Amino acid sequence: MRPRTVFAAAAVTAAFLAGPAFAGPTLDKVKGQGMIVCGVSTGLAGFSLADSQGKFTGLDVDYCRALAAAVLGDANKVKFAPLSAQQRFTALQSGEVDLLSRNTTWTLQRDTQLGLNFAPTMYYDGQGFMVPKKLGVKSAKELNGATVCVQPGTTTELNLADFFRANKMQFKPVVIEKLDEVESAFFSGRCDAYTTDASGLAATRVSKAPNPDDYVILPEIISKEPLAPAVRHGDDEWFDIVKWTVYALIEAEEKGVTSKNVDEMLKSDDPNVKRLLGVTPGMGKSLGLDEKWAYNAIKQVGNYGEIFDRNVGKNSPLKLERGLNDLWTRGGLQYAMPIR
Amino acid sequence: MADLAESRLAPSEPLKPPASSTGVIGWLRANLFSSVWNSILTLIALYFLAVTVPKAVDWLLVDATWQAANGRECMAAAGGACWAAIGEKWRFILFGRFPYEEHWRPLIVCVVFVALFLASCDRRLWGMPLLAIWAAGLALNALLMWGGVFGMTYVDTSLWNGLPLTLILAVIGMAGAFPLAIVLALGRRSHMPAVRAVCVAYIELIRGVPLVTLLFMATVMLPLFLPPGITIDKLLRAQVAIILFAAAYLAEVIRGGLQSIPRGQYEAADALGLGYWQKTRLIILPQALTVVIPALVNTFIGTFKDTALVIIIGLFDLLMLANAAMTDPNWRGFATEAYLFVAAIYWAFCWFMSKYSQWLEADLNKGRRR
Repeated sequence: MRPRTVFAAAAVTAAFLAGPAFAGPTLDKVKGQGMIVCGVSTGLAGFSLADSQGKFTGLDVDYCRALAAAVLGDANKVKFAPLSAQQRFTALQSGEVDLLSRNTTWTLQRDTQLGLNFAPTMYYDGQGFMVPKKLGVKSAKELNGATVCVQPGTTTELNLADFFRANKMQFKPVVIEKLDEVESAFFSGRCDAYTTDASGLAATRVSKAPNPDDYVILPEIISKEPLAPAVRHGDDEWFDIVKWTVYALIEAEEKGVTSKNVDEMLKSDDPNVKRLLGVTPGMGKSLGLDEKWAYNAIKQVGNYGEIFDRNVGKNSPLKLERGLNDLWTRGGLQYAMPIR
Repeated sequence: MADLAESRLAPSEPLKPPASSTGVIGWLRANLFSSVWNSILTLIALYFLAVTVPKAVDWLLVDATWQAANGRECMAAAGGACWAAIGEKWRFILFGRFPYEEHWRPLIVCVVFVALFLASCDRRLWGMPLLAIWAAGLALNALLMWGGVFGMTYVDTSLWNGLPLTLILAVIGMAGAFPLAIVLALGRRSHMPAVRAVCVAYIELIRGVPLVTLLFMATVMLPLFLPPGITIDKLLRAQVAIILFAAAYLAEVIRGGLQSIPRGQYEAADALGLGYWQKTRLIILPQALTVVIPALVNTFIGTFKDTALVIIIGLFDLLMLANAAMTDPNWRGFATEAYLFVAAIYWAFCWFMSKYSQWLEADLNKGRRR
């Protein structure tokens, strides 16, 4: 190619890539239809689950509601699209949903090949083991020769094999498809250990074990499962909004802003809180949103800690520890980038 | 005295058969203990029943828990079934995420569907009146499900869950598939090569893949081919897949009926000067469809149960809701009860269809009975 042609081609490409300088198409679409379409799981305790009245509740669900409050000013302007594990990525790629908040692990391949952009992690999970206390096992490294109950078809099964191979140990897998059956098999004593994500183990222990105190969850976490909301490539403005809404919820907890005291906090002298709640304007405008974006999300849904406690933490049946999901100031990994 | 005299004069009563061959004992001997082999089988069956039935009754009723605040209480109580879990979740299993305060709407929809089934059973209504009844019933159901008028809130199709969804998928699926199937069956027997080739290709292609594949295509592949921004309702996509699938199977059933009609019937119709459509509508189809009623109902029942496969594309049908209900951490571990509840509903509908088809078959075959 001659230099001029190259230049022309580059200019054309740049024009396409840069795109017009208005709000992204997803934000326009969301505002146009007056609601966010949010892909969630069809049923996962603590993350997205329809209650007896048919209302979706859970950590993933509350994030969608917070985003709706931030973008549209009303946490109820969400349409939940329950997605199976197989359809979730297609649904996002084809534009059927505006974001995926569906217990999805952030991995390199998904970030690149599947054309996703992951927002900050909403829940740091990892695979663990549960054993009966009477087995006297204190560490997963002592599980040589154990029979292990596991569900097939996910990374769980592969992680299990990897862990035992890496530690030069033998195990006998008992592979059962349905959650209910695999749990029953473990509690009836068919397996020495049961493995799945640590959040799932805790849920099983409190809700299904004949006596929760007879079972212990071993300290080893053998895989990293950062569960994060995702959007599709190609709409950076929307990605920014999804990303900073997560940060706003975490920042709110760090600064002690809750759904109860958010109105008093409007009078706060802390410049960080002022910027977060839109008392000092500028943040909302940068995102293409109302200045009250974070205020609305916190007021209507709560800060990260409130969402956590309500759905999976101490105020929920699951009673999960904050652990890695605590604020960085308390030894966890939740760290909001500066909102300024 | 008079009685006595009369009885002396009257001819003696015919001897009754021995007591061992009439009544309960006779029936037992004839049916359960007619040979050594049958006696052994009967005893084995009795033993099996004696072992299982009392335990099942204990589990289902005697030891069952009817009232409990949550699943833990149920588990702590006697070892029977936990019907309290169904008591808590039955509305969710039946209607899912439909707005809770307006559950009367899907309830009426289900009642209307059942009423439509019953009306269809009355042969006096067959023809135009029945078509009109169905049109009115379906319009009423659409109005109730969507709402948006007369003070009813608008309800998106993603909230059409549970029994109404199962019934909609099955009924619209069969109603849509039936005309298509007749066209395909006639086309497959057409003398025009192009028409025949298209019909054969369609039927063999669709019958060659499982329904799950079609549903996957409709939900996972199709959206990628559409221009961005255009999305077709998920329910509609699943519905179309079910119609296309059921049509291929029904077409083969109907073709069997068409082939069973003797050549003389065609020739007689031709001799009367009837055209192709008149011949088909007045002479051939009524006879052909009558012949294949058992097979048709078989396909209908199959389609009704196949709708549960929409579970894999995230539509909340009856079975999916039972699964979802039992994921609730407060009510974990009662999948058996939930599945029994759902199975009872499926069974009621399928049993009704099967019984009706038996009656209809007998009724329509009066002329041919010997």
